[in-house]
Amino acid sequence: MKKHTLGKFVLYRLMKLVTLLVALCIVTFVLLELSPIDPVTAYVGADTKVSAQQRELIAKHWGLNKRPAERFWAWFSSVVQGDWGTSMIYRRPVLEVIGEKFVSSIVLMMTAWVLSGIFGFFLGILSGVMEGSWLDRAARVYCHILISTPTFWLGIVFVMLFSVKLGWFPVALSVPIGVIQSEVTLWDKVQHILLPALTLSILSVANICMHTREKVCEVMHSEYVLFAKARGESRGSIIRHHVIRNVSLPAITLQFLSFSELFGGAVFVEQVFSYPGLGQATVQAGLKGDAPLLMGIVMISLLFVYTGNFIADLLYVWIDPRMKEG
Amino acid sequence: MRKKYTLFALGIRKKTIFSTGLFLLLFVWVMAAGIFIAEDALMVDLEQTFSKPGMDHLFGSDWVGRDMLLRTLKGLSISMRIGLLSSLISAAVAVLFGIIGPVFGGAADRCISWLIDFVLSVPHTIIIILISLACGGGLKGIVVGIACTHWTSLTRVIRAEVLQILHVEYTQLSRRFGKSKWYIAKEHMFPHIVPQLVVGVVLVFPHAILHEASITFLGFGLPAHEPAIGVILSESMKYLTSGKWWLAFFPGLCLVLLSLMVDKIGNNLEKLWNPNTAHD
Repeated sequence: MKKHTLGKFVLYRLMKLVTLLVALCIVTFVLLELSPIDPVTAYVGADTKVSAQQRELIAKHWGLNKRPAERFWAWFSSVVQGDWGTSMIYRRPVLEVIGEKFVSSIVLMMTAWVLSGIFGFFLGILSGVMEGSWLDRAARVYCHILISTPTFWLGIVFVMLFSVKLGWFPVALSVPIGVIQSEVTLWDKVQHILLPALTLSILSVANICMHTREKVCEVMHSEYVLFAKARGESRGSIIRHHVIRNVSLPAITLQFLSFSELFGGAVFVEQVFSYPGLGQATVQAGLKGDAPLLMGIVMISLLFVYTGNFIADLLYVWIDPRMKEG
Repeated sequence: MRKKYTLFALGIRKKTIFSTGLFLLLFVWVMAAGIFIAEDALMVDLEQTFSKPGMDHLFGSDWVGRDMLLRTLKGLSISMRIGLLSSLISAAVAVLFGIIGPVFGGAADRCISWLIDFVLSVPHTIIIILISLACGGGLKGIVVGIACTHWTSLTRVIRAEVLQILHVEYTQLSRRFGKSKWYIAKEHMFPHIVPQLVVGVVLVFPHAILHEASITFLGFGLPAHEPAIGVILSESMKYLTSGKWWLAFFPGLCLVLLSLMVDKIGNNLEKLWNPNTAHD
């Protein structure tokens, strides 16, 4: 019985993903069609030697003189078959470029994700358990300020403070300049990723911390905690046996739901730190009018966010013992 | 409770009203100041390039000697106008969808829920970049982009409220009397959602100005010759390694303070409106 409903649930989510992806394809295509970007100019760049005749040939070669609906269909059917076109600024297949950039972005995002999850969770528990104390108040003020801080500004301030002034971290890029790929050590990579990851994580701490704190306060005021206190359970034991058990699942779920903000934040962090990942590729593709790459990135971002949401939903079904019985 | 001795013996509610008023006044002042700063106040003064923050230039000066304080004020004012416009538009969309969904139910409700899922399934930054590209950048692109991405949370709030009102006796009664759906929406729903709406608009505003500055910083928003905060900060990136910290620090800090302030106004209004928390 249970397996049946789980299968149905997965099937339903997959169908929804397909509708979202198809709609996104159409919307992205229409938006880029509306934009004043000229694909031929984007391709040849600022090269003035290309004559009008050659431009026409390029346009014809790509089928740009056809009707938008026809072009959409041609593009859409090749995307379905796994051919996402060629990026105009990298001159390589879109999927290849995205794959390469995604790997370096995912390292950055996951480091930030784990850091913010752990830090936010513990800060949330501490401030919830010590409700009304100075630590609780400080944590709340801290979160409040963080929510109102733009990621890129925090990145700029960090670079100025830690890289330029104190010289603790390198200024930019994911590897040192002028070093052969094979000679880059793991330590170099760690050093280059630490500050961007820290910037990205600090801002997402606020969300998880405030949420956890609220849940902890709720648990601490519950009758079963009152009973535990009456039984003489110590504070540590209450936290271990009652608070963490009740609070961790919502926190993990929330953390999986934050993939959208994580991706958005990565765009800014990568831009400030010149970190060569998907976020920087997005900005480059947008500024230089690389439509195939931009469309590819948009779809990847949807898949990324949707995966997060899907895992969050599954966790509820799988981990929570209350859902198993129901 | 411990009695506090303060200079002005104000109650908590009065204090909240007072601080809200003060913040509102400051808000209007910054916005007006930005509008009334004339272009020639931002004169190029090549003798005072990159002067550090001091008595002459409170926030320092930039690469052609323009005063950073004036540039920041002007930038904030532009951001505020964009923020106001786009949060009002997204509030209008939220009211429309939030009422239509539950009142008409069925297919309309499902469509709107799907649309919310759709907008939330792609990172906001990416959607705003795409929309801004479609509009050819500039003011229009950024306002449309922010409005298109920020209506979802408010729509959910309003939708929940409307669903609740829909099952209350007086609306049921009204329907039995043969009143139209439009009449119910206008006479029964709308007055109830006004407080939520006002608070919602105020709370969307900080997000809107932060997104505006962020997108402009990336180069998809206002053009580089506008004195926007995003432009100032992306300019400062060029001097990042040369120790000109004031170029980025003060404008960004002002942006953070502004969005904190508006957030506070929103929370205060919510507190004042809700009888359960009005005296907390």
